[in-house]
Amino acid sequence: MTDDAQSDDNVLEIRDLAVDFKTDTGLTHALVNVGFDVPRGKVTAIVGESGSGKSVTANCIMRLVQPPGRIVAGTINFMPTDMAPFEIVSLRKKDPRLQELRGGHISMVFQEPMTALSPVYTVGNQVAEAILCHRKVTRKEAMREAAEMLERVGIGEMERRIQMYPFEFSGGMRQRVVIAMALVCHPEILICDEPTTALDVTIQAEILTLIKDLQRDLKNSVLFITHDLGVVAQIADQVVVMYQGRVLEIGTVRQVLKEPVHPYTRGLLAAIPGLAPKGEPLATIASVVGDTDITTPYPMTTLGDGRQVSLPPDKVALAAAE
Amino acid sequence: MRSYLASRLLGMIPTLAIISVIVFTVIQLPEGDIVSSMLDRLQAQGVDVTQEYVENLRSQYNLDKPMVLQYFYWAGNFLTGDMGYSILFNRPVNELVWERLGYTLSITISALLFTWIVALPIGIYSAVRQYTIGDYLMTTLALVGLATPPFLLALIFMHIGFTWFGISTGGLFSPEFEDAPWSIAKFGDMLVHIWLPMVIVGASGAAFTMRILRANLLDELNKPYVVTARAKGVSPAKLVIKYPVRIAINPFISNIGLMLPALISGEALVGMVMGLPTIGPLLLQSLLNQDMFLAGSLLMWLAALVVIGILISDLMLAWVDPRIRFE
Amino acid sequence: MSTTANGDAILKVTGLSKSFDGVPAVEDVSFDVRRSETLGIVGESGSGKTTLVRCILRAIDHEEGIVEYNSRDGWVELQDMRPKELIPLRREMQMIFQDPFASLNPRMTVREILEEPLIIHQVGDRTQRLDAVVDMLNHVQLDRDALTRYPHAFSGGQRQRIGIARALILHPDLVVCDESVSALDVSVQAQIINLLEDLQQELGLTYLFVAHDLSVVQHICDRVLVMHQGRVVESGEVDEIFANPQENYTKLLLSAIPSPDPDIRLKPLDRRELGL
Repeated sequence: MTDDAQSDDNVLEIRDLAVDFKTDTGLTHALVNVGFDVPRGKVTAIVGESGSGKSVTANCIMRLVQPPGRIVAGTINFMPTDMAPFEIVSLRKKDPRLQELRGGHISMVFQEPMTALSPVYTVGNQVAEAILCHRKVTRKEAMREAAEMLERVGIGEMERRIQMYPFEFSGGMRQRVVIAMALVCHPEILICDEPTTALDVTIQAEILTLIKDLQRDLKNSVLFITHDLGVVAQIADQVVVMYQGRVLEIGTVRQVLKEPVHPYTRGLLAAIPGLAPKGEPLATIASVVGDTDITTPYPMTTLGDGRQVSLPPDKVALAAAE
Repeated sequence: MRSYLASRLLGMIPTLAIISVIVFTVIQLPEGDIVSSMLDRLQAQGVDVTQEYVENLRSQYNLDKPMVLQYFYWAGNFLTGDMGYSILFNRPVNELVWERLGYTLSITISALLFTWIVALPIGIYSAVRQYTIGDYLMTTLALVGLATPPFLLALIFMHIGFTWFGISTGGLFSPEFEDAPWSIAKFGDMLVHIWLPMVIVGASGAAFTMRILRANLLDELNKPYVVTARAKGVSPAKLVIKYPVRIAINPFISNIGLMLPALISGEALVGMVMGLPTIGPLLLQSLLNQDMFLAGSLLMWLAALVVIGILISDLMLAWVDPRIRFE
Repeated sequence: MSTTANGDAILKVTGLSKSFDGVPAVEDVSFDVRRSETLGIVGESGSGKTTLVRCILRAIDHEEGIVEYNSRDGWVELQDMRPKELIPLRREMQMIFQDPFASLNPRMTVREILEEPLIIHQVGDRTQRLDAVVDMLNHVQLDRDALTRYPHAFSGGQRQRIGIARALILHPDLVVCDESVSALDVSVQAQIINLLEDLQQELGLTYLFVAHDLSVVQHICDRVLVMHQGRVVESGEVDEIFANPQENYTKLLLSAIPSPDPDIRLKPLDRRELGL
């Protein structure tokens, strides 16, 4: 159903991705047949609860999956603008493109700004290091560019602040530093893994606005991972709903949040406390999903409006008719 | 930082004063004093000693004064740089201490360096390659190192050296340099000899440090700041050294001062077994003979070394870890 | 004891202040909690909300102010009581924590965890205690099988149920929920919120509900205190305040909530423009 112009303009195409974790009790399938596209120059959100595999997916793209976890199948095709496309999963550990990928083409912002920076190096040092890892410039030049990027993410008094240590910054400020560090090499894709979950709501609003504004200016693609549908609504163009290592629904932000097809997505929305009438019990996912089977990995079906869902055939027909 | 340094230096004064009282009390605890033990020796040799001579000796060393006064005489002289006279060796204590303290420090500090040079790479290797054959091998070696007391290790090394290679491994110098004045050749000779006591004294510390470093590093390896650094493209080798190792070694830096006593007491035993011209054997002899000026000075110096060691390690920690500096 | 105390109030805080190393954490806070209501305390990290409830429960000692509690034996002033005198009152005031796993002893079975408060307060004999434990498990919708299992065998939501059961087993009157649903996934959070509301109905509990998630507060609370820099800047009926905030800080907080409707754009107010 997707027209060619659109499918051509993906910066990432993930297909049949599977990750296993070896545990004492056997293999746990962290990802099963995960596949979706990340359109260029847009914000794609992956939404899901803990254990849905949303962070593992991000780690696969960066090849950061550590033992006991292992990518067992699948491909991630990366199509940068300024070099030949390549496949990420099959890259050898020593392949220079892997080091180039991390922080150069794709960079990442993590959940915990309090622990994402080393306490023993100055902020300037850590941001400049990202440049020095990828380009042959002098230390001085790297520091200058670091200062520029820090300024851009809203950290004032640069002269003084660049020499400060992370623990002298508040949580919101630190997350700005991490964002600056991620953007300083002008990556094609910025992956944000729950970047605002540990922050206060007012700081969250500031950081969301910052990420959105920077994305508009730098025209990069953003993959935004979150469990918060409010955040998804505010930041995303495209939404991927994940549950227990699988993708259940893919669509535009309006499709997924305003007219969800998959019962699990409906359940997620219904469980948000702010939307429910006061004094009545909240809907839970179990109560919304009812007896619909959401655990069997049905293949993704593309519906008439372009969205994709994983549902049993009879329910697909029903959904298509709606 | 400057006020921190000043307060730490001032804080050393009462610490050392209290230690001096304890040291003085401890060496006074056994029955009798240096004069009585000398009398015993002279009488055993059949020499007749007059009561007057004894009284003279006692007053010469202030032994006829009350205990408290004796302490102040001793401490006062110590502060002015006069550590008294060793009746046992018939030499001023100053000479004996300076000579021996230098050797003890050389062995202890080189043992400390040895500990680090061995433990650091092995600890990192063991943590990064956790549960590999290499890790198991190093762990086994470390356990053997931990379980073997230094003096036993010294005996084993000396035995191997003598029976298999026919060399004498005792002492710090070859016989021809023993009493020679300091020269480049003598220093070179010492370097040839010092590595064995260094290895023996440092072995268990190296094993211990390696195990703790491995554990600390395993805690740090998957911390978010390491993942962040990896995600920004830092090369694997640099990543480990610059991020987790840098944090994991902090506890050791603060422990250097605390490792000193263990190294010094380990060195004392090894020194006796190997016949080294260090503090250890001297201390034992002086204690056995109740040579109080010598024993007191040695104990005092060892205590001072430990206190200074702790100060230095605290300062180093403040230097490497900005979090401490800013507190 | 207090003559001014409102008849249906269970807790009355007047002029409470607490500082750490000279830095004020809570400053001159006064409020009442009515029996059987849910009073929310909201604010950002560092606003003093956690310090406030800890002072009330005497987990830490505050410097100034009066905390009056309407116990089963009448009004008492908590701030001057000795630790020993507080013990019987601890039965009436309980706390549910944010991280259920950290607050459950991993070496105790669920039965031991739930029985411990009963033993400490010398309630009933062995069979009566077991009955009470099983009854409480029913209340929090856990199976009897849970009795012999250890906390690690449960999911996050189930652990929070155990935490709730432990808090409620002594049948307290006042329950302090300190970010009790913040660490949970949306679907589990909804279940726990429903559970807390059901239990309040059944057992007539009064909740002091500390949270940073405003949509949760809006749903569960009757009244709310908004805290900023250690002070209560606004208080009142929760619907009133959410619909019509009077203070700049409340406006700032509410403007920062992202709506799950993509057509309602986030327009956070600017802290500096509001003079905060």
